[in-house]
Amino acid sequence: MMSINDIQDSIIEEFAVYDEWLDKYEYLIDLGRDLPLAEEADKTEGNLIDGCQSRVWLVCRRESDGRLYFRADSDAIITKGIISLLVRIFDGQTPADILAADLYFIDAIGLKENLSPTRAGGLAAMIKRIREIAEQYGEG
Amino acid sequence: MNFPQQIRAEFPILDRRVDSRPLVYFDNAATSQRPSCVINLQQELCSGHNANIHRAVHTLSFEATGYYEAGRRAVQKFINAASADEIVLTSGATMSINLVAECLARGGFIGCGDGILLTEAEHHSNIVPWQIVCEHTGSHLEVVPVAAGRNGANDGSVDMAAFCAALQRGVRMVAINHVSNILGVENPIKEMVAAAHGAGVPVLIDGAQGIAHRRVDVQALDCDFYVFSGHKIYAPTGIGVLYAKREWQHRLPPFMGGGDMVGKVSFDKTTYADPPLKFEAGTANFVAGACLRPALEFAAKVMESPAQEAHTGRLISAMNEALASVDGLWVAASDARKRIPLWSFTIDGVHPLDAATLMDKFGVALRSGHMCAEPIVDRIGGGSMLRASLMPYNTLEEVEIFRETLLRTVKMLRK
Ligand SMILES: Cc1ncc(COP(=O)(O)O)c(C=O)c1O
Repeated sequence: MMSINDIQDSIIEEFAVYDEWLDKYEYLIDLGRDLPLAEEADKTEGNLIDGCQSRVWLVCRRESDGRLYFRADSDAIITKGIISLLVRIFDGQTPADILAADLYFIDAIGLKENLSPTRAGGLAAMIKRIREIAEQYGEG
Repeated sequence: MNFPQQIRAEFPILDRRVDSRPLVYFDNAATSQRPSCVINLQQELCSGHNANIHRAVHTLSFEATGYYEAGRRAVQKFINAASADEIVLTSGATMSINLVAECLARGGFIGCGDGILLTEAEHHSNIVPWQIVCEHTGSHLEVVPVAAGRNGANDGSVDMAAFCAALQRGVRMVAINHVSNILGVENPIKEMVAAAHGAGVPVLIDGAQGIAHRRVDVQALDCDFYVFSGHKIYAPTGIGVLYAKREWQHRLPPFMGGGDMVGKVSFDKTTYADPPLKFEAGTANFVAGACLRPALEFAAKVMESPAQEAHTGRLISAMNEALASVDGLWVAASDARKRIPLWSFTIDGVHPLDAATLMDKFGVALRSGHMCAEPIVDRIGGGSMLRASLMPYNTLEEVEIFRETLLRTVKMLRK
């Protein structure tokens, strides 16, 4: 299992080959297409994160190894590309590691503007939800 | 005036770049840009005449009050109100509507079982204040449909038969938009006011979108209330207008209590100032209020120019063509006869948020989402749409950049 920071570093490396924002977004769009979708049955109100302009569904389960596994989907493809990065980082991590994580990759790959609340892409809300889930399992 | 080059030069912000590309600002319905005459006055007031208005006897306060009251008179002139006393300055259209709704309810003009008539295409600012009144008083909303959607008529017109029928069902207030911020279609407000008055019902017009694109004469319209925000017509944010007919100024109770709105205050009994100050409690945004004057004088000059009219007509045709050139693009109220330069649309297979995100990276500012009018956007746009809204300072070249960028964006997202 790679650590959260190892995964962040490899994402930063992958994005480093693109100097043009256009290529970056094309890559994100491709990632969005590849994202292992949450099952239709998982797209419930309860799994919906209020992201204002795009809808994001997040499903988490904890395995017997005590680690958390995530699936996510969105109706907007750029949002989906970005959340696929988050899923990649957090999938299979422990609640404690998730809570301790410093997400520096977002800034480093130049996607910070997607974090602002007005972007309304649900990214900030999704990170918040992941932390809440980790907190719940961390305590329990 | 020479369009659009000459007025464009008045807007410093239009020269800026976004990510090294020239800015194409097509989100004017959310807020318009400010011309130099407004920016300069803001600067001048802050550096030379800053003081609290209406209160002190010192020079700065006299000057500041003078500028602020000149703003009020400019509004009176712009909408042809009978008197400057009929102009209440608020923080924006939203506050103006809340003021009217709350004061009508407290004054007993709306009560249990009464109807409040709205159209289906209102902005949240012209829905929620009335819902709050409904909760307090036991009144209810009467919502009249508009002809918009993929199936059936799509000219954005209000169903006038339903409007007139609803007036006969115990409606005590009509609150309708002049132009909807989703449809961009001018409503026949004069006819609607006449119909409502025929049934003895007062009318508030939400002019937030109409004011920058149509000349308004409140005496000819005979509406009871007309509201708008300064920031959608070249003025700064934080200032808005409530035109209320003289008789309503006296009938309505005060809105908020505080300084400036009182006659004499004691713990036994307080008397109120005469309108409009009766509705203006607390320190006003005097800089923004003063800026209404240059902003509205500028607007009047622009709106009265035949060259502007011809230019805006060309912008509208070019936008209609640009939108028609995109495969799978659907425009709300595409068959409208009286359109302001505002279009809301959806594109098959493309999420509005994705499109607006990429368009922004190309320098084109659009709006996406429910745009504060969830009921109509839910019904006709599946909860989210794109919107392009122009002002006379926009150019045909910008429309062409918009078209090329939109085609490119759609291609990237549909790949
Ligand atoms: C039709 C309409 N009404 C009301 C408003 C509210 O204006 P403000 O937010 O400036 O108060 C808007 C602004 O978007 C609008 O478009």
